Amino acid sequence: MMTMILAYNAVLLSFASGLLALLSNQRAMLMALSQRYLTSDFHYPRCRKFLDRILEENRHASLHRRAVFVLLGLSGVFAVLAGLAVMMGQDSLTDQIGLGLPWLPWHVRFDGLSGFFYLIIGIGVIAVSLYGPAYVAFYQESQNPFAVLGLFTGLFVGGMLLVLLADDAFFFMIAWELMSVASYFLVAFQHEHSANRRAAFIYLLMAQVGALAIILSFGVLASFSDGFTFDALRQATLSPTWASIAFVLALLGFGMKAGIVPVHVWLPEAHPAAPSHISALMSGVMLKVAVYGLIRFCFDLLGELQWQWGVVLLVLGTVSAVGGILYAMMQPNLKRLLAYSSIENIGIIFMVLGLSMIFMANGHPQLAALGFLAALFHAFNHSLFKNLLFLGAGILQHQTHDLNIDTMGGLIQRMPQTSFLFLVGCMSISSLPLFNGFVSEWLAFQTALQVDVLDNGVLRSLIPVSAAALALTAALAAACFVKVFGMIFLGLPRSRNSEKAQEVKDKSMLYGPALLAGLCFFFGIFPNLIINLLNGVAKQLLGQSLPNDTALSWLWLAPVSANKVSYSPPMVLVGVLIAGGISFWYLRRNLETKTMRRAAAWDCGFGGLTPRMQYSCSAFTMPFRRIFARVWLIDERVDKEMQGAMDMEVKAVHYHLQVQDHSWPRLYQPITHGVNQLAKQVGRIQTGNIRVYLGYSFVTLILMLWVIS
Amino acid sequence: MTWLLAIFQTLLFVALAPLLAGWLKWCKCHLQNRQAPSLLQPYRELLKLTRKQPVVAEHASWIFTRAPYIIFSATVLAASIVPLIAVDLPTAAIADVIVLVGFFAFARFFLALAGLDIGTAFGGMGSSREMTISSLAEPAMLMAIFTLTMTASTTNLSFAIVHVLNEGLVLRPSFVFALFALMLVAIAETGRIPVDNPDTHLELTMIHEAMILEYSGRHLALIEWASQVKLMLYGVLIANIFFPWGIAQGFSIQALAYGLLAIIVKLALLAILLSISETLLAKMRLFRVQEYLSFAYLLGLLGMLSHIILEASR
Amino acid sequence: MNIEQQDFYTQAILSMAALIGLASFLMLGQGRLLRLIFVFALQGLLLTLTAALSAYSLDNHHLYISAGLTLVLKVMFIPWMLRRQVLAMHMNRDVEALENKTLVMLGGASLMVFSYYVLHPIVQSSSTIMVNALAVSLSVVLLGMLLMISHRQAVAHVVGFMSIENGLFFAAIVATNGMPMVVELGIAFDVLVAAVLFGIFFFHIRTSIDSLDVDRLNRLNEIDQ
Repeated sequence: MMTMILAYNAVLLSFASGLLALLSNQRAMLMALSQRYLTSDFHYPRCRKFLDRILEENRHASLHRRAVFVLLGLSGVFAVLAGLAVMMGQDSLTDQIGLGLPWLPWHVRFDGLSGFFYLIIGIGVIAVSLYGPAYVAFYQESQNPFAVLGLFTGLFVGGMLLVLLADDAFFFMIAWELMSVASYFLVAFQHEHSANRRAAFIYLLMAQVGALAIILSFGVLASFSDGFTFDALRQATLSPTWASIAFVLALLGFGMKAGIVPVHVWLPEAHPAAPSHISALMSGVMLKVAVYGLIRFCFDLLGELQWQWGVVLLVLGTVSAVGGILYAMMQPNLKRLLAYSSIENIGIIFMVLGLSMIFMANGHPQLAALGFLAALFHAFNHSLFKNLLFLGAGILQHQTHDLNIDTMGGLIQRMPQTSFLFLVGCMSISSLPLFNGFVSEWLAFQTALQVDVLDNGVLRSLIPVSAAALALTAALAAACFVKVFGMIFLGLPRSRNSEKAQEVKDKSMLYGPALLAGLCFFFGIFPNLIINLLNGVAKQLLGQSLPNDTALSWLWLAPVSANKVSYSPPMVLVGVLIAGGISFWYLRRNLETKTMRRAAAWDCGFGGLTPRMQYSCSAFTMPFRRIFARVWLIDERVDKEMQGAMDMEVKAVHYHLQVQDHSWPRLYQPITHGVNQLAKQVGRIQTGNIRVYLGYSFVTLILMLWVIS
Repeated sequence: MTWLLAIFQTLLFVALAPLLAGWLKWCKCHLQNRQAPSLLQPYRELLKLTRKQPVVAEHASWIFTRAPYIIFSATVLAASIVPLIAVDLPTAAIADVIVLVGFFAFARFFLALAGLDIGTAFGGMGSSREMTISSLAEPAMLMAIFTLTMTASTTNLSFAIVHVLNEGLVLRPSFVFALFALMLVAIAETGRIPVDNPDTHLELTMIHEAMILEYSGRHLALIEWASQVKLMLYGVLIANIFFPWGIAQGFSIQALAYGLLAIIVKLALLAILLSISETLLAKMRLFRVQEYLSFAYLLGLLGMLSHIILEASR
Repeated sequence: MNIEQQDFYTQAILSMAALIGLASFLMLGQGRLLRLIFVFALQGLLLTLTAALSAYSLDNHHLYISAGLTLVLKVMFIPWMLRRQVLAMHMNRDVEALENKTLVMLGGASLMVFSYYVLHPIVQSSSTIMVNALAVSLSVVLLGMLLMISHRQAVAHVVGFMSIENGLFFAAIVATNGMPMVVELGIAFDVLVAAVLFGIFFFHIRTSIDSLDVDRLNRLNEIDQ
C-alpha cells in the first residue's frame, strides 16, 4: 500500500504543480489573501516576514517558478521511488478510485511494467525540473505566460503517470487524452509563429486519429469479453483474425504516438515547436508511454501472440530505424534532427519487441524475455540520452539564439561544461562501449543472434538482415552525431552569434543534463542494476526470465549463458584507464617535450583559414546523400550569378539544398486530397435552402419511424 | 597466471604490430622493384616521433589533444580480447566480437571528431569520408560475423575458435563467403588500397591521412601505432578464425611457442597476399567504394543464406 | 543433419553450389558486357568441376562426358562467340547502368530465400543433404530470369537464358546424379543451336534498329503514340 501511496503522490504532486502555476500572475490576490486572513490573529512574526519576502514584487516571479518546478521535481522523485518499490516488490497492486462512470469506477493497477515506466518518467521529470526554472525565465511573460506552460506541464506529466496506472479501457483513454491534449497546448505554447500553430495542429490531428484507433482496438477486444476492465479483456478469447485486427489497430494507434514510419510526421514538426524541456519530455518520455501502451496491449491483454505480428513489428521497426537516422542526418535544425533520431530509436525498440514476439510465438520464452529486456532497456536508455540532448539543445538555443547547426561552431572553447555533457549524450546515442546505449544495442544483437533456434527458414534469413540493418543504423547514428558534435562545438565559429556565445550563467540549468549524463555513464558501466530490475518485469509479464546460470553479477553481463557470451563493462573501463594512463604517463615524462607548441593550422600556403573553408553540415553528409539518394526528395541547385564582359565572370554562387520527406507526397497528400474531395461531396448536401433542410429532417423522421417499427 | 599470460599476449600484440607494418612495406617494395627499408623502420619512426615536441593547431581543443590516447587505448583493449597465440584466456571473456566492433567505433568516433576540431577543410573531408565508409562497412562486417556465430553459436572469439578447431577440416561454403567478406571489410576499415591509400598525402585521395594531417610528435606516434595495431587485429581475426590451426589450447611453454610461430607465419602470408593485391590494384574513386562494400555485404548475406540453406537444414 | 557430419564430397558439392549461386549474383550486378560474359564462363567452369567431381566420386562415367560438353560449350564456345560479337559491334565499352542495383540485388537475395521456402517441403522429405542444393539451382534459374528482366542489352538476355540452363543442369547433377545421356546430349545440342540462332538474331536486330538495346524494340509497336 505504501507503494501505491507513493504512486498517487507522484500524480497529485504533478497536478499540484500545474495548479500552483495558475497562480503566477495573482500576486495581488495573494497579498490580499494574506492581508485578510493572517493579520488579525497571526502570532508568528517570522512567518509573516517570510510571506512578505515571498510576495515581494521582484522576487515573487522567480520564487514562484521555482516552487512550481520543485513540486514537479518532487512528483518525479515519488515516481522514481514508486517505480523502484513496485519492481523490487515484484507484485502487482490493484485499487479502485470512485471517479468516472457510476457503474465503472476507475480501476488502478500498478505492476512491474508500469513501475519501470514510472521510473523512466520520474527520471525525466526530475531532470526537467532541475533545468526548467532557469530555462523558462527567458520567456516574455506578456507573450508566453508561465501560467499556461506550468499548468499544462503538470497536466501532461500527471496524464502520463495515470496512463501507466490505468487498469480499465475507459480510464486508460481518459488519461491518454489528458496526456495528448495537454501536450498539444505545450506544442502550441509559442503560438506567435504560424509554423508552430501548424505543427501543433498536425500533432493534435494525428494524436486524435491514433486515439481513435486505440479505442477501436479496445472495442474489438471488449466485444469478446464482458467488460472494459483489463482483467476482463485478458480473459477474452479471440479468433486469430480478430486478434490480428485488434493488433493492427493498436499498432496504428500506439505507433502514431510513438512515431513509427510512416505515421511519424508529427514528430519532426512538433518537437522543434515546443519549448526544449517539453520536447525533452515528449521525446524522452511520452514516446515511451506509447511503447508501454503497445506492450501492455500485445503482451498482456491480447495474450496469445502470433509470430506474424512480430514480423510486422520487426519490418516496421527496421524501416523506422534506418529511415529515421537517414532523415536525421540531413536536418540542419538541431531539434528536428533529434526528433528524427527519436524515430530511429523507437524503431530499434519496435524491432527488438518484434524479435521478442517471434521468439515467444515460436515457443522460446527465454529468448523472448531477452528481447523484451533489450527493448525495455533501450527505451530507458533513450529516455536518458534523448532528454540530455534536448536539454542541451535548449541551452544552445539560448546561448546562440539559433538552432541551425550550420551557424554554430567552436563552442567547446566557450561552453566547456555544456559541450562535455553534450558529448556524453552523443556518445551514448551513437552506442559506443562504456555508455548505456551500447549495452541495449548489444543485447539486441544477442537476441537476433539466437535466431538459429527457429525452424522457419524465412525468419532465419530475415532476422539477420534486420540485424545488419541495425548495425547500419548504429554506424549511421555515429556518423550523424559526429556531425552534430563536430559542427556545433568544434572547429571555428560560423556566425557572430556563436562567436559571442557564453556558458550559461545560471549553473542550475546544467544540473539536469549533468544528472542524465551521469546516469548514462553509470548504467553503461553497471547495466546489471537495470537488467536485474527488468528481469523481474519480464518474469511478471511473460512468466519467464533470463536463465538462472547466466551469472548476473554486477561485473559480468551474460544474457544467454556464461560460456557463450559475456561482456564486462567495468573491466573494459579498467582496461581503458590502464592503457590510456600508461601511454599518457609514458609519453609525457620528458619535461622538454611535455608542453605543446601552438601554431597555425595548415592552410596549403594560401594564408588565412576562414570559418567558411570548413566542412559544413551539408558538406559532411554529401557522401551519404549520394549513396542513399533515393531515400529523400532532394532538391539541390547551384545558381551562379554572372557579371563582367560577356557574362563570363562568376560574381556569386548560391547553393540551395532542400531535403524532404517522402511520406508527405506519397501518403499524406493523397489522404488530404481524398478528404477534401469527400468534404466537397458532402458539401453538396448543404444547399442553403431552408426547405431542403426541413426535407432532411422529414426524411430522417420517416426513416427512424420505419426502423423502429 | 592466466591473467599474466593475457597481459603478456596483449603486450606482444602491440609490440608486434609495427613489425607487421614493416614486413608489409618490405614486401611491397620488393614487388614494386624498389629498395626496401629495414623491417625495423616503423619502430624507429615511432621512437623518433615520441621524442619530438608536438605542434598543435591554434584552435584545437582538448578533444584534439586527448583523442590519440583514447584511440590508442581503445585499440589496445580491442587487441587484448582477440586470441593471438592462445585461446581460453580470461581477457577474451571481457568482451565479444560485437564489443570489438564497438571499440573500433569508439576509436573512429574520436578520430573523426579530432579531424573536425581544427577547422580546416582537410579534417572535415577526412571525417566525412571515414564515417561514410565505416557506416557501410559495419553491416557487411556484422553479416560476416553473423555467419560465423551462427555456426559456432557464440559471439565470444575464443569459444568460436575452439569450435572451429574441434570440428576439424570442414569445407563450409558459408565460411568461404564470410572469409572474403571479412577480407574486403578489413581492407576498407584499415584504409588500404583500393579504398584508401596509406602512403599518399594528396587531398583528393586521402581519407585517414586527411584526418590526422595536423597531428605531430607523440600524438602522431600513438595514432600511427593504433592503426598498425588495427591492421594486425584484422589480420589476426582472419587468420585465427578461418585457419585456427596452431593456436595454443593449453598453456604449456611449448604450445605457446608453437602458437606464436603459427600466428607469425599466418600473418606473414596474409601480408604477402595484401601486398600483392595492393601492387596489382589501383585506388578506386570514392563513390565506387559503396559498390565495393555492398559487394562485401552481399557476400556476407550469401554466406548467411548458404549456411541456412545448405548447411543446417531441418 | 549438419554439414560437419557429411563426407568431403558432399561438402565440396555444397560449396560448389554456393559458388555457382554467387556467380549468378555477380552476373546480376554486372554492367559491362565483357565482364558479364567472363563471369558466365566462370559459372560454366564451376559447373564443369561439379560434374567432374560428381563423376569421380560416384563413379558415374557418363557424367565425365557432360562435364566435357559443358567445358567445351559453356566455358569456351559460347563465351568466345558472344565476346567476338560484342567486340565486333563495339559494345565492349558500353556500361549499362542498372536502374536500381541495390534493389535488384536485394530482390535476388530474397529470390534465394523464396526458392528455399518453396522447396523446403521437398527437401525435408528427402534423406540426403544434397537436395538442399536444389534451392540454389532453383534460385540460379530465377536469377537468370531476373537478369533478363533487369538488363537492357540483348547479349545480357542471352547470358541470362544460358544461366537458366546452367541452373537446370546443376539441379540434374545434385538431385539425380545426372540425367540420362540422351537427354543431356539433346540439351547440349539445343543450347548450341540457341546460341547460333541468337547470333543471327543479334545481327538482324542490329542492322534493323542500330542497337542491341531491347528497349528500342518498343518502337516497333503498331500503336501510334
